[in-house]
Amino acid sequence: MRVSYKWLKDYVDVTVSPGELADRLTLSGIAVEGVHELGAGIERVFTGKILNIEPHPNADRLTVCAVTTGGPENLQIVTGATNIRAGDVVPVAVEGARLAAGLVIKKSKLRGVESRGMLCSGQELGLDPKTMPADQAHGIMILPPETPLGLDIKPVIGLDDAILELDLTPNRGDAMSMVGVAREVAALLGQKLRLPDIDVDETGDGIEGRVKIDIKDTELCRRYVAKLFTGIKVGPSPGWMQERLRAAGVRPISNIVDITNYVMMELGQPLHAFDYDTLKDGRIIVRRAGEGEVLVSLDGVERRLNGDMLVIADPGGPVAVAGVMGGLATEVTENTRNVLLESAWFNPISIRKTSRVLGLRSESSSRFEKGIDLTGCLRAARRAASLLAEMGAGQVASGAVDNYPAPHVPKTIILRPDRIEHLVGTAVDSDACREILTALEFGVQKNHQGLMVTVPGHRPDVSLEVDLIEEVARMHGYDRVPTTLPYGPTTQGARTREQSLAMKVKDTMASLGFREVITYSFTSQEVFNKVNLAPESPLRNVLALQNPLSEEHSVMRTVMLPGLLEVLRRNANRRVTSLSIFELGKVYLSRGDAPLPEEKQVLSAAAMGGTSRGWNKPSLEKDFYYMKGVLESLLAQAGISGTSFEPFKDDPSYHPGRAARLTAGEQLLGVLGEVHPDVVENYELPGRVVAMEIDFGIMASLAGKAGKYRQIPRFPGIERDLAVVVELQVPVREIIGVVKKSGGNLLRRVELFDVYQGEQVQQGFQSLAFSLTFRAEDRTLTDDEAAGLINTIRENLAKKFGAQLRS
Amino acid sequence: MQKQLREMEAGILEKLKSVSAMEELNEIRVRFLGKKGELTGVLRGMGALSPEERPVIGQLANEVRARVESELEKRLSELKAMARNARLARENIDVTLPGTVFDTGGLHPLTTVSRQIEDIFIGLGFSVAEGPEIELDYYNFEALNLPKDHPARDMQDTFFIGPEVLLRTHTSPVQVRTMERTAPGLPVKIIAPGKVYRRDDDATHSPMFHQVEGLAIGSRITFGDLKGVLQVFARQMFGPETKTKFRPSFFPFTEPSAEVDISCGMCGGKGCRVCSHTGWLEILGCGMVHPRVLEMSGYNPEEVTGFAFGMGVERIALLKYDIDDMRLLFDNDMRFLEQF
Repeated sequence: MRVSYKWLKDYVDVTVSPGELADRLTLSGIAVEGVHELGAGIERVFTGKILNIEPHPNADRLTVCAVTTGGPENLQIVTGATNIRAGDVVPVAVEGARLAAGLVIKKSKLRGVESRGMLCSGQELGLDPKTMPADQAHGIMILPPETPLGLDIKPVIGLDDAILELDLTPNRGDAMSMVGVAREVAALLGQKLRLPDIDVDETGDGIEGRVKIDIKDTELCRRYVAKLFTGIKVGPSPGWMQERLRAAGVRPISNIVDITNYVMMELGQPLHAFDYDTLKDGRIIVRRAGEGEVLVSLDGVERRLNGDMLVIADPGGPVAVAGVMGGLATEVTENTRNVLLESAWFNPISIRKTSRVLGLRSESSSRFEKGIDLTGCLRAARRAASLLAEMGAGQVASGAVDNYPAPHVPKTIILRPDRIEHLVGTAVDSDACREILTALEFGVQKNHQGLMVTVPGHRPDVSLEVDLIEEVARMHGYDRVPTTLPYGPTTQGARTREQSLAMKVKDTMASLGFREVITYSFTSQEVFNKVNLAPESPLRNVLALQNPLSEEHSVMRTVMLPGLLEVLRRNANRRVTSLSIFELGKVYLSRGDAPLPEEKQVLSAAAMGGTSRGWNKPSLEKDFYYMKGVLESLLAQAGISGTSFEPFKDDPSYHPGRAARLTAGEQLLGVLGEVHPDVVENYELPGRVVAMEIDFGIMASLAGKAGKYRQIPRFPGIERDLAVVVELQVPVREIIGVVKKSGGNLLRRVELFDVYQGEQVQQGFQSLAFSLTFRAEDRTLTDDEAAGLINTIRENLAKKFGAQLRS
Repeated sequence: MQKQLREMEAGILEKLKSVSAMEELNEIRVRFLGKKGELTGVLRGMGALSPEERPVIGQLANEVRARVESELEKRLSELKAMARNARLARENIDVTLPGTVFDTGGLHPLTTVSRQIEDIFIGLGFSVAEGPEIELDYYNFEALNLPKDHPARDMQDTFFIGPEVLLRTHTSPVQVRTMERTAPGLPVKIIAPGKVYRRDDDATHSPMFHQVEGLAIGSRITFGDLKGVLQVFARQMFGPETKTKFRPSFFPFTEPSAEVDISCGMCGGKGCRVCSHTGWLEILGCGMVHPRVLEMSGYNPEEVTGFAFGMGVERIALLKYDIDDMRLLFDNDMRFLEQF
C-alpha cells in the first residue's frame, strides 16, 4: 500500500515530517518499508506549450518543436516523441534542468539542428509508466490544456509529495485505505480525523424499479449496495484525481473507472462499475457459479468457474467474478451511457480461494480477502456518486438499492485494565485505555467489570480481549514497557543426553579432520540409481513432495550417502579433491499407514584423496582403514565398547570386498567402506572414496555414561614383541582373539604394529607383528612368567592357524 | 711431608686447568683421591710422623683434599656447561620451517551459531526440545490459531506431503507438542532449534533453513519479560552495546506480537549497506502466546500467560559473518567452510 503524504493531509492535520510519520507508524504497528520523496533531484522543468511541430530536415524519426514556457522567447526543441500535437501542454526541461535519473539537460545539436531542452515523459520525471495513461506510458506526458505555462512542474503533477510504502500485516485490512491510515495517524498525533464529504447531488430519477438485487447466498455476500448513474459522459478524470491515483500506484483509465479506484483507495471499499445497459433487465443476481460455467473476464481471458465461486450474474448468466474481476461484456467503455455501481461485502475466505484458483489477485480481491467494513458499503457508493456529480460526468439516480440480508452485529468485549498489566507487564489505567480506543473509533463505556468496548465495523480482526490489549499496548508504545526477567522458580536449562552426544560427535569428527556439511533434506529419485540401489530396495519407498520446487528436490531423502557424494563432486569440480566431510542429519522413512514417517538421525561421513602432507610427514591415502580408525576413535569417545566389524557384501553402494558393517550384539549400528567403483563413476569423482553411515539413535542408546576411575597400575608391566606368519585369508581379528585368550588376564594390551607381505614372506602369507604388554595387579611379573605366556600364545597360534614364528 | 702435600696440590691444580674432557677429570680424581690414590698414599705415611706433627699434617691433608675436591667440582661444572653449549650449538634448527601438518576439520557456521543461541538460552534456564520436521497440518497451523483458509497461511508457502502432512514451515509446532505434554504443569521454558522448509529459493531465501523457537509459560510471564529475555539474548549474541527495538507486528499464534530489530553492529546504528541505511536489523518475531493456542494445548489462558519467539539461524549467521548470499550456507564449498 502506497500512501501519499499530501493526500493524507485531506483527512488529518499531519504535524510531523514524512520521515517521522513513518517512524511513528512503524512503532505502532503499521510498518513503513520506505519513504520516497517524489520529485527529488528534479530541477528546472516547467509547464510549456507546443506551438508548432515540423519535420526534422535530416532525420525521419525526429521532429522539431517550437515551445513556449510563457517567456518572451520560444524554445526550439528536437524530439523523437510521436504522441504530441501542436497545442499540447507538456513538461519542458530547459537548459540546466535535472531529471529523475540524474540526467542533466544541455543545449545540444541533434542531427545538425539545435535543441534547447527536452520534452519529458512521466518516467523521466520519476513516475512509474504503469501509472501513466496507456497512450502516455512510453511517450511525452500530456497535461490538461488549461494548465498555466511556466510553472514548476513538481506541484503541477504532484511531485511535491512523499510516498510512504506500507508493509501491512494480514490482520490490518483496515489500513488498506487512506482514511484507515489517517485514522491511525490521527490517533497517534492526537489530531481529529476528517471524513470525506458524501453529500450527493442526486438529480436523476429514482433508482426504484430500474435495479433489482437478488442475493442467493447470504453467507458469501452479506450486503450489496447498488447506485445508478445516468447520462454518463465517459472521458478522462480530472488532473487532481489522476495525480492521486498515480501516487497510489494506480493507472488512470477513465473518469468512471477512476472514481471506483479512487474510492477504493480512499475508503478501502472495492467498487465495480457495470455498463447498466448491458445488464439484462437491470437485474443483479449474486449466486454461486454453476460447475463449469464460463465467463470472459475484463482481460479477455475465458474463465472456467466452479461451484465454490461467487459470481455476479444477470438473468442471462455471470457478468463478474464477485470481488475478483469484472466481465468483458458488461465493462464500462467510451460508449457507456448508464452505469450500475456495485458496493458490496464478499466473504474473505471465498474471495481468497477464488482468486487463488483463478490465479487472479487484484487490488479489490486483496481488500475483500482481509475483510472490509460491512457498515461502509453505502457510504462508499454515495462517495462515488458525489465525486461523479462533482465532476459533472453524469447524473446520479436518487436513492440506492441496499440489499443487506446479514447485517453487522457489533461485538462488545470487556476489557479489564488489570489484564493489561498481567499480560504486558505495565499498567495502563482505564482512562488512558479509553482514550486510545476511542481515538481508533472503538465505542467505550465503563462499568463494574471494566471497559465495555464495542468494535467498529472497520476492525473485523478484533474479537477478543487480548486483541484490545494489543491495541492499547501498541498505541501506548512497546518501548514504554519496562524490560524485566521472568518471575518464578529457577528452571534448569539443559540439553538432553542425546543432544549432548550429538555435540560431542560433531566436535570429535571436527577434531579428526572432518568438516561439517549441511545438505538439503530433499533429493531426487534419480540418486537411488546413482548409488546402485536395487530396484526393489525399500529405500526407494520415498515420501514425495506434492509441490516441489524442482525435480532435483522432489522427495525426502532415505539415505545420506548421495548428498555427501554430491558435495564431493561439486568440490572436485572446483579442484578440491582431497577432503573429509561429515553430516549429522535425518533420513525420512515411510511407516506405511502411520500419520507421520520415521525421522532417523544418521551420522554420515565421506572422504577422498589423502591426509595432509608436509615436509616431514607423508600423505596417507584415505582408505578403508582411515575411515575405520575415525569410527573407532568416535566409538571410544562416545564410550561405546563391545562392537564388532564384519565383512559386508550386501550394500550395493559399497565395494563388496572393502566394506564392513558395525554391529553391537544384535543391533546394526551402520556401514562403512570404500564406495563402489560404479558409484564413484556415477558421481564422476576423481579417485577412491570411503564413507560411513551410522545410526545415531542406536549409537546414543549404547553410549556410555562417565566410567568409574580405575586404579593406576602399581606394578610395572613387561613389553614383548611377537611376530607371526599366517595365511592371508585368516582375518586378523581371529588371530588377535587367540592371542588375547591365550594371554589370559595378565595380557593387558595387544597392539598390531606391522603387517608385511612381500619378499621375506611366502606368497599367500603375511607377517603380523604385535607388541604385547603383560602386567599383574598384585606383584611385579618376572621375565620367566612373560616368556611362558608368549610361549603359550605362540603354541596356540601354531595349533589354530599353523602360524610360524618369525625371528 | 708438608712440602710434598703442597707440591701435590699445586701439581693437580695446574693439571686441572688444562683438562678438557670429563673422563680425564675422573682419572685425576681417582689418581689423587681414590683408595689407592696419591693423597691416600701420603696419609698412609702419617703413621711415621710424630704425635705433634700428626694433627698438623692431618689438617693440612684435609685442607688440600677439600681444595682439590672443590676445584674438581668447579672444573666439572665448567666442562658440563661447555659440553651442553656445544650440543645446543650443534642442534640448531630452522624454526622458520613449517610445523607438522595436521588435518583440521570444523563445524558448519550454522552449527556454531545454533550452539551459541542455545547456550545463551540454556544459561537463562531454557531446555532444548525437538520435534519432527515432517509435521501434521494440525501442529504446524491449526493448533497455532491458523485454521484452514486463514490468510496468514500465505505468509508461509508450504511444501505438502499429503493433505494433512507437510514439511513444517517453522519450529512453532514444537511449542504445541511441548505444551500438550506438560499441561497444566508450570513453568515451561524451552527452546527448539531445527530445520524448517518453505517454497522459496533466492539469494535471501533457501527452501530449507533453520530456526530456533522459544517458549516460556508461567503464572506471571509478561511482555516485559519477553523484552528482557530477548534483550539479554541480543547483548550476549551481538555484543553488550547492542540495542533492541520492539515493533508491533502480527502472528496468528501470538498477541500482542512484535518484531525485534537490533542496532546494526556493522555501523553501530549510523546506517550502512548491511542495514539498508536504517541503522537497524530485523532478527526475530515474538509475542505473547495467543489465548487460543494456550487453550488448544491444555492451558487456561485466564491463569497462565506465556511468550514465544522464533528466529532464523541463517539470518543471524549472515549478519555475524557478513555473508551476502544465503545459498553459500548450503553449497558446502570447502573454500567457504574452511573459513569457519
